[in-house]
Order: sequence, then structure tokens, then C-alpha cells
Amino acid sequence: MEDNKFEEVFEGKLAKNEMVEPKDWMPDNYRKHLIRQISQHAHSEIVGMLPEGNWITRAPSLRAKVVLLAKVQDEGGHGLYLYTAAETLGISRDELLNNLHTGKAKYSSIFNYPTLTWADIGAVGWLVDGAAIMNQVMLQRTSYGPYARAMVRICKEESFHQRQGFEIMTHLSFGTADQKAMAQDALNRWWFPTMMMFGPPDSESPNSENAIKWRIKRETNDQLRQKFVNQTVPQVEYLGLTVPDANLKWNEAKKGYDYSEPNWVEFKNVISGNGPCNKQRLLARNKAHNEGAWVREAAQAFARKRKEIYEAA
Amino acid sequence: MSDNQGPVWEIFLQKKAGQPFVHCGSLHAFDKEMALQNARDLYTRRGEGVSIWAVPSNAIVASSPEDIGPFFEPSNDKVYRHPTFYQIPDAIGHM
Amino acid sequence: MTTQEALFQYTLRIADTNLILAQRISEWTGHGPFLEEDLALTNIALDITGVAKSLLEYAASIENKGRSADELAYFRNDRQFYNAQITELPNGDYARTIVRQAIVDCFDYYFYTELAKSKDETLMGIAQKSIKEVTYHLRHTSSWVERFGDGTEESHNRAQQALNELWQYTGELFEMTEVDEILIKEGIAVDLNKVKEKWENHMSELLEKSTLAKPENVFMQTGSRKGIHTEHLAFILAEMQALPRMYPDAKW
Repeated sequence: MEDNKFEEVFEGKLAKNEMVEPKDWMPDNYRKHLIRQISQHAHSEIVGMLPEGNWITRAPSLRAKVVLLAKVQDEGGHGLYLYTAAETLGISRDELLNNLHTGKAKYSSIFNYPTLTWADIGAVGWLVDGAAIMNQVMLQRTSYGPYARAMVRICKEESFHQRQGFEIMTHLSFGTADQKAMAQDALNRWWFPTMMMFGPPDSESPNSENAIKWRIKRETNDQLRQKFVNQTVPQVEYLGLTVPDANLKWNEAKKGYDYSEPNWVEFKNVISGNGPCNKQRLLARNKAHNEGAWVREAAQAFARKRKEIYEAA
Repeated sequence: MSDNQGPVWEIFLQKKAGQPFVHCGSLHAFDKEMALQNARDLYTRRGEGVSIWAVPSNAIVASSPEDIGPFFEPSNDKVYRHPTFYQIPDAIGHM
Repeated sequence: MTTQEALFQYTLRIADTNLILAQRISEWTGHGPFLEEDLALTNIALDITGVAKSLLEYAASIENKGRSADELAYFRNDRQFYNAQITELPNGDYARTIVRQAIVDCFDYYFYTELAKSKDETLMGIAQKSIKEVTYHLRHTSSWVERFGDGTEESHNRAQQALNELWQYTGELFEMTEVDEILIKEGIAVDLNKVKEKWENHMSELLEKSTLAKPENVFMQTGSRKGIHTEHLAFILAEMQALPRMYPDAKW
């Protein structure tokens, strides 16, 4: 078949809402866009283990400890599903990790903010996972088969994460005055960074157009952000907390809240490496990887010695 | 020896005894035992299965998208392979 | 000492050993040598935290003074903890973490097998559930001990060094006190001499298979049965207990 015939088949699949599979022909920039998006997503899960893992040894009850362990472990699992989805596009895990460790690949900027108190673990689960889920639900119907299937599994498992976060916020908000203050403080610090998670305003989002055309994305940044605000404000009210935005107001005409834009200058700075924890996160990932090298080599050497491995490598 | 994450394995899970093994995803492992254990730790965290197959990815032979026509379409008109092709007298009932 | 007091302390001993080891190995979560293994070790941490939780709940009910499992975990001081010292040692490198885990998993395997015959129904039930988990933990850590022992020269040396450093803390696992004496008479506690023999044999076999040398004539450390620990435990507790102690009237 000639190239344009291939392209026709590809476009046909998109038009019919069919999935594109690893062996199917796909345009180069579709492949590149996917590798970038899926690996960013995977890296976010892995780096995201750090701020939450930060509190595992300090979880204030035995129940909270097992729940947090299970949750952070789930994030690792999700990173793994996504790495293997990216690998079907012809890039190896080693290369993907190398891109992360050298700072070449990005991950969600939200994880460059610190988790300072136990309430931050609540806020991360409730707000950050809540925002992530909005993206993820839509990605279950994305055009690339392995990505969509990974997202189906992830969404199924994520469903407890946001509840876990909200439960922590509930305990704090209806707890002692100190606890409630801790909850409000966390909301104050996480509100705008969470709003940034949906990406720059549509007018300034360079990758959106293709992403929507290819069904790699199905709603725009601003649409998702609005949806998030509408969904979250009643939850804040239930908790008896205050959204740290003086301009927040119900707009009857658009049946949604008006809100202040996050600080996009800060956003750009955090993305380009100047957030409070960028260096620390990358250092932690590099350290784990480098200190794990002898472990992986030992496993490789052992497999060769015992010939237990089906010449797979 | 160069550092790497080990070969990729495809994991198939059997949900309940007697049911077919279904592909659930992939992972990295350096040897067979590790592949099984990793599959257990990764893909059965919520009681998703009772038995695991782990297969090195590169041992899998797959058909190509171009094969769709020659491989699969010829079977579409073999209606006589399906029970509905045949007429059974009403008096006989279920067969 | 009454049977009830003995049972309380005995239950705390098993609970604390699980809790402190879980606390230690969960430090690896997010920092493992590769992703698949990170998740695997976290599974072990989850399992043993669960065991600790069940046992502390039981201990709280034995004590019957209105303290909850969480209060036992978060408001006792280091001198009131009875975990084996080996569990509180820093993780060190991955070889040390794995070797320690294999030592404890192997102990737990034979210990729970015996405890599953206990006349105390709660301990029996917890032991029966734990055997399944520990059988898998032991399989996982044993396979890593083998990989390290017979992997590269570096991994072999690291594993051997870990063994040499850790062995002095293995004697404690089998120490029996008045607590054990009282409870063995009642058919509740495990005769650790029996466990010791099986553990020794199993470890010898595993180490041989892994081309590692079993340390001989080691002087054994002691203390945890009396709540005497290494310098590390107080730091672990300072971290673990900080929040509940900072806000003692709060519920989480």
C-alpha cells in the first residue's frame, strides 16, 4: 500500500471512533505526540509517588498508613501500565526513564509542590487526583488502543483515591480547630496549583488542536478546568472551608462559577525547573535509579547463569 | 553488562478456574520466577485472578493489520459453519 | 505475672515486630531499585502492617484499659516496644533489606505455622491468615537472596556483608522468657526451640543455594524482650508518632 492509502485507513479509523493498534500505520507526529503524552503521564505517576510517599512513615493512624501505602503503590502500578503502553510505540523503558532522569521529559508540575502537613495528603488525593481523574476518564476513549486500555484499568483503580483524600479532609474539617486550620491551609496552597494541572488557557495551548483531532484528548483545557471548579466548590462548602479566590462567584448565565486564573508566570517557572521541589524530585528519582543499578545487573547476571530466561533480551 | 530494565513479558490472567486466560498487560522481569511474582504483585492486587501465564513478548507472533483481508474475511461467508445455517423440524425442538 | 499480662506482652511482641519492620521497609516505597520490585516490596509492607494492626487490636482488647490499637502504636515509648531489634535497623542497601526480610520471613513462616495450632483462637486465626502471606514473602525474598548470592561479584559481596552484619541480631528471635513459659503451659505460645531448628535448616539450605556463607560463632545481641533496643528505635518512633502526639486530642 502506498503512504496515502495508509493515511486514509488511519483517518478512517479515527472517523469511525475505532482504536489504533500498535502495528497499525500511524503518522509520525501522532506517534511522537503519543509517546510524549503517555510518557509524561507515566512519569507523573512515578514522581507523584514522592510527595505522597513522604508521609507514609508519618501517617497518623494504622488505617491511614495502610491506605496511603496502597494508594502510593497504585500510583506506581499506573506508571507501570503507562510505561508499557508507551513501549508499544517503539521506545524502551530505559529510554523513557533516561528522558525523565536527564530532565528531558516533563511530568505534571503539581508534584513539584511540597506536602508539608498531613492535610496535604488529603488535598492531593481530593484535589489533585480529582483533577487528574477528569482527564483520565476522557482518556479511556482515546484513539490509541494500549493507552485507552491502560486508562480503563487506571480509572477503575483510581476511584478510591479521590475518596481517600476527601475522607482525610472530612476528618480534619470536622475535627479540632487545629485540624480544620490545617485543612484550610492545605486548600489555600493546593487550589491554584491544581487549577494549573489542566494546562494553559486554550488560547495559548500549542498541542491542543492535533490532540483533539486525534482523539488523544477530548475536551479542552478550559472546559475541563471549568468542570473541575463547578464540581469542587460544593465539596469545599460541605467541608466548611473557603476557596482561596475572592473572585469566585456563581454565574447563572453560564451555569458555572467565575474564577480567577491561576498565576501562569508561576506555572511557567515551575515547568521550567524553578518550582519548590523540582530538583529534589529529580534527584530522588536519579538516586533510586542509580542505586538500583547493581540490583538490576545482579538479576541479569543471575538469569544468564541459570539460563532461566527464554532468550528474551 | 549494560544496565537495563530487563525484557518485557506479556501477562495473561485466569479470573476463575475453568475460564480462559486473558491478556491483562505487560511488565519487565529478568527471569521466569520474577515474571510470575511481578505479575502477581502488579496485576492481582485486587483479587483479579487465580492463575497466571507470563510469556516473553518477543516469543509472541502476531498477525499484521494488512492481514485482515486475506486472513479473516474469507471466513465471513462460511455460513455453513454456524448452527443457524441448518433447519431442524419444529417437532424436534432444541438440538 | 498473670496469664493475661503474659498474653498482652506476647501479642505486643509479635505486633511490634511486624509494625516496625513495615515502618522500615515502607521507606523504600517510591525509591525501589526498579518499578516492579518497588511495588512488590510495598505489598509486603502492606501485608505486615495489616498483621500488626490486627495484633494491636487484639492486644488492646486483652489489656482492656480502654486503649485502642492506634494508641498502642502511637503513644508507647521505645522502652515499651518489644519488636526484635533486627527490624529496627536501618534498611541499608537493597541486599541488606532483602537479607533481613528473608531472615524474618523465614522465622515468621515457621513461627506462624506453630502459632496456627495455638489454643488462643484469635492468635490462631491471625497466624492462619498470615501463613499464606508469609509463604509468598519468603518465596519472593528467597529468590532475591539467590539472585544476589549468585548474581554479580558486587551483589554477592553486598549480600554476604549484610548477612555478616545482621546475623548477631538473629539470636533474639528465639529467646524465651517468663512470658513464653506461662503461655506454653497454656498451649498458647510457640516453643521457639522448635522454630529455631527449622529456621536454621531452611536458612542453611537457602544460603548454600545462593553460594553465601552462613556466619558461624556469632555473639548474639539481646534486649528487645525487655524493651531494650538499638539507638535506632527511638528515631523511628519520633517520626512515626509525631503527629498523634502533637495533637493528642485529635482523631484522624
